Amino acid sequence: MEGETNVTVETNLKITEQDVRSFSASKSEPEEFTNLRVQALAAAEVLPLPKPDKTKIAAWNFTEFPVHSTDSSTYASLTELPEEVQSLVDLKQKNLYIQHNNTPAYLALPEELKAKGVILTDIFTAIRDHADLVGKYFMNEAVKAEEHKLTSLHAALLNGGVFLYVPKNVVIEEPVQVVFIHDNADASLFNHVLVVADTSSQVTYVETYISTVPKANGLANIVSEVIAEDNAKITYGAVDVLAEGFTAYINRRGVAKRDATIEWALGMMNDSDTISENTTYLIGDNSTGDTKTVVVGRGTQKQNFTTTVTHWGKNSEGQILTHGVMKEAASAIFNGIGKIEHGASKANAEQESRVLMLSPKARGDANPILLIDEDDVTAGHAASVGRVDPLQLYYLMSRGITKQEAERLVIHGFLAPVVNVLPIEGVKKQLTEVIERKVR
Amino acid sequence: MSTLVIKDLHVEIEGKEILKGVNLTINTGEIHAIMGPNGTGKSTLASAIMGHPKYEVTSGSITLDGEDVLEMEVDERARAGLFLGMQYPSEISGVTNADFMRSAMNARREEGDEISLMKFIRELDKKMEVLDMDQEMAQRYLNEGFSGGEKKRNEILQMMMIKPKIAVLDEIDSGLDIDALKVVSEGVNQMRSENFGCLIITHYQRLLNYITPDHVHVMMQGRVVKSGGEELSHKLEAEGYDWIKAELGIEDETVGQEA
Repeated sequence: MEGETNVTVETNLKITEQDVRSFSASKSEPEEFTNLRVQALAAAEVLPLPKPDKTKIAAWNFTEFPVHSTDSSTYASLTELPEEVQSLVDLKQKNLYIQHNNTPAYLALPEELKAKGVILTDIFTAIRDHADLVGKYFMNEAVKAEEHKLTSLHAALLNGGVFLYVPKNVVIEEPVQVVFIHDNADASLFNHVLVVADTSSQVTYVETYISTVPKANGLANIVSEVIAEDNAKITYGAVDVLAEGFTAYINRRGVAKRDATIEWALGMMNDSDTISENTTYLIGDNSTGDTKTVVVGRGTQKQNFTTTVTHWGKNSEGQILTHGVMKEAASAIFNGIGKIEHGASKANAEQESRVLMLSPKARGDANPILLIDEDDVTAGHAASVGRVDPLQLYYLMSRGITKQEAERLVIHGFLAPVVNVLPIEGVKKQLTEVIERKVR
Repeated sequence: MSTLVIKDLHVEIEGKEILKGVNLTINTGEIHAIMGPNGTGKSTLASAIMGHPKYEVTSGSITLDGEDVLEMEVDERARAGLFLGMQYPSEISGVTNADFMRSAMNARREEGDEISLMKFIRELDKKMEVLDMDQEMAQRYLNEGFSGGEKKRNEILQMMMIKPKIAVLDEIDSGLDIDALKVVSEGVNQMRSENFGCLIITHYQRLLNYITPDHVHVMMQGRVVKSGGEELSHKLEAEGYDWIKAELGIEDETVGQEA
């Protein structure tokens, strides 16, 4: 890890059961949820860390942080947002949740959607007021608290997040936007995002993590659970721009049931060391999972991106595209895993991982993995690690474009698969600008 | 008037000498055609003029209006007024054709004097119509998934937008059906002016039925072995290359064989 941190790394957790109980009480959580936290805390003491393939994380600090929760201001109107955030949010944006460090800070949902039964709320309100739905889906179908130390720690320490529920047959036309603002260097983000699209519903969800302080002292242990019931469609966009200094564990996992579709577009632009898992469970027949991820690594950042699509459903379709740009002395592992379970006949698992290296000290590894336990399937992968193609540069330069500009065009083009599919103009523009800033 | 002068040019690729002393002078206002069988060094000449990274000039010179082209980077050559319509243009994913062409045009302008979007689109639409190209091709990624014919049209489109002083067209006719050939030729003919010179590299005389050259050259064994007017291309069409080989005592015309 680069940079200074004021905390020492120890294996035992400093936070106690009593701390967890009083935090839960301060949020007026139901007893079941308090118990879930307490059990998860006990599990976190004994469970091992996850083992991201090819990255050793035993020495990373995932457990020490300055404070569990911080109090930050709320926003009465969008004009009060910090400048960097204002450009992200269209003033006409109708479906919007903003979290300020750990504080739910702004919420907008049109009456019309509320009348249809759509729920958009901070996770604490959801835990209190929608205990039935949260109880059904929270760390139950997608991510389990007892998977490893980090998921259990997440459940025990959850201190933010959002719940989005789209009832049966409801199609939300405009994207739901969520912004997580990080401007307190001591804040830690144990955010839980729960998106549930009930039968035959559709929604597009776009979240942004933005640090407006240059250095972070805290942890990010973020879990998103995305459930697409039968015939539902969820498009999930995310742009992560967390500051240097975080140790980030980001787990985004979807479950697609019969005829359901989950599409991911992830712009992973953190300046912190990051372990990212993005998993799609295709449990229903004819389900589809499409994952597009772009990454820019710089400095001495160490990152691991493991993208998995697991097929149980017959005729299920899984696509993984990962494009990473590595510069300076950054290193990253890109694991792409297409897994087809026995019985998932006619499944198709495709993946493409490409890494562009911009400096001799940068490291990038693309590991395509196909695990297939069924005969009647199709699968394929393409992987490459290399420099900007000199013939592409020659072609662009032969039209008068300078070498620097030619490289810029090739890199932006390489990262376009995610930029182009983000449905919110402000977020798309921000990702383009972040890429510009990071690759320069 | 601008003049491209190539003198005693020797070029190697991976240590193998391909061009063995090419001499050629092209003025604006002139259209030159270089003909010759495969493997005689025609495309190498085109690549060496533009500065392809794999080709190494070992001796000789190329100048444009007295400026040393060989001292220039590829992009500087382009901004000095050279253009190469490539036989195998690169595909660049994620970069739209329109964005690319605007970048190319703006590369020739001062900062703050960029071409306006409206003016650019108007001009692009007009040229695409000449080349019978679908408007949606402007928004497709550069050459990605383009058919052979679409790529050639796109090369000519770039030439028409950029308006170079001297364009080299490397086998711009190969793989084109007769309709596409007419369209591409129309594009080149529209460029014909006192301010535009062109070097067309081809091994089919057919293209020259639509673009009448002022000068025709034949390359063999890495040199220009014969030059003449338009009538030379007709003679080549009617009689092939054997008479030239006989005249010059050449048995194998490809590079690496000596007379």
